[in-house]
Amino acid sequence: MHRVKVRVVEDALDANNTIARANRDDFERHGVTVLNVMSAPGAGKTTLLEAVLREGVGDLRVGVLEGDVQGSLDADRLAHLHIPVTQLNTGNGFGGECHLDANMVRSALPALPLDEIDLLIVENVGNLVCPAEFAIGEDARIMVASVAEGDDKPGKYPLMFRTCELVVVNKIDLLAHTDFSMERFDYYLDAVHPGVERMQVSARTGEGVEDVRAWLARLPDRAEAPA
Amino acid sequence: MHEFSIASAVVDTAVKHAAGRPVAVVSVRCGRLRQVVPDSLTFAFGLLSRETVCDGARLEIEDVPARLRCDGCAAEWEIELPAFRCPACARTDVTVLSGEELEVESIEVSEQAEEATCIG
Repeated sequence: MHRVKVRVVEDALDANNTIARANRDDFERHGVTVLNVMSAPGAGKTTLLEAVLREGVGDLRVGVLEGDVQGSLDADRLAHLHIPVTQLNTGNGFGGECHLDANMVRSALPALPLDEIDLLIVENVGNLVCPAEFAIGEDARIMVASVAEGDDKPGKYPLMFRTCELVVVNKIDLLAHTDFSMERFDYYLDAVHPGVERMQVSARTGEGVEDVRAWLARLPDRAEAPA
Repeated sequence: MHEFSIASAVVDTAVKHAAGRPVAVVSVRCGRLRQVVPDSLTFAFGLLSRETVCDGARLEIEDVPARLRCDGCAAEWEIELPAFRCPACARTDVTVLSGEELEVESIEVSEQAEEATCIG
C-alpha cells in the first residue's frame, strides 16, 4: 500500500448545485418562476404568504412548496387559499434536516402541478444559517427578518442576508414596543449587502403587504430578463 | 450549526473522488465568509465519515482570509468582521477577492502496490 495525493479542487456543494441546475431546467421548461423564502423560525413567513396570497399575485397562478422538519401545520394554514400547496418534510419521525436542499426539492417535483402554476413559492425550513448554503433551483431569494428578532441580525448572519434579492422586515406593528431601530438595521444590512432592496411590512395588519405582492408579480419578467 | 451540512458535502465529494480507495487525508479550503467553525467541521466530519472510505481520515482545513477591493478607489483590505464598507472612502460597492471558498482541494488515498494487483 502506498499513498497517493489526488487533486480534487471541487466546490463541496457541487453535487447540490448540479441537482439545483437540473431543477431549474425543469422549472424553466414548465415556465415556472421559483422563489426561495428564508427566515428564522417564527419570523412570519407563513403569515406573510397568507397575507400576500389572499388577494392573489396579479394574474399569476401561484403554488406553494412548504418545507418543514415535520408536520403539515403550515400547509394546513394555507389550505383555505385554494391554491396548490405541497408539503415537503425533511425528516421522518424525530429530527430531520434543518434546510431544504436541491435533492429534496427534486424528490418533490412529481407532486408539484408545474403545468398549472406560473410562480412556485418555496417556504424553506426556518433557519438563518444552512438554507443560505443550498441552492434548490430558484430564480430569486427573499429573506424575511422580523422586528422581534432585533436589529443586529444582518451582522450576525451575513451569508443569509448576502444571498437574497429582497429583505422583508416583518412585524413592524411591534416597532413601538421594542428597541428595534430601523436605522440600525439598515446600517447593518448595508454593511453586509449594500443597497439590497428592502421592504417594511406587517403581515398581521396588512401594512406594506401590497409592496411584496407587487414585487412578486414582477418576478417572472425579472427572472426572464438576462442578468 | 451548518458545519454538519457542509461536512456531509465534503464527505460525499471525497468519497466520489476516492473511487473505493481508503482515504487518509482530506484537504479543504474554507473562506472566512462561509463562517465555518473548524473544530465543529472536524467533529462533524469524524462522525459523518464513519462507514465510508473516509473513516478515520484526517481533515486538513485551510483558512482563507476574506479580502475585498473597493470598486471606487481600488483599495484592497482584509476583513475580520462581515462589514463590506471601504475603510478608505466608505463606499459599499466592493468586490470579494477571496473568502467565499468552500472546496475540497485534494485527498490522499492508499493504493495497492502495482505488483499486488498483478497476482494471478
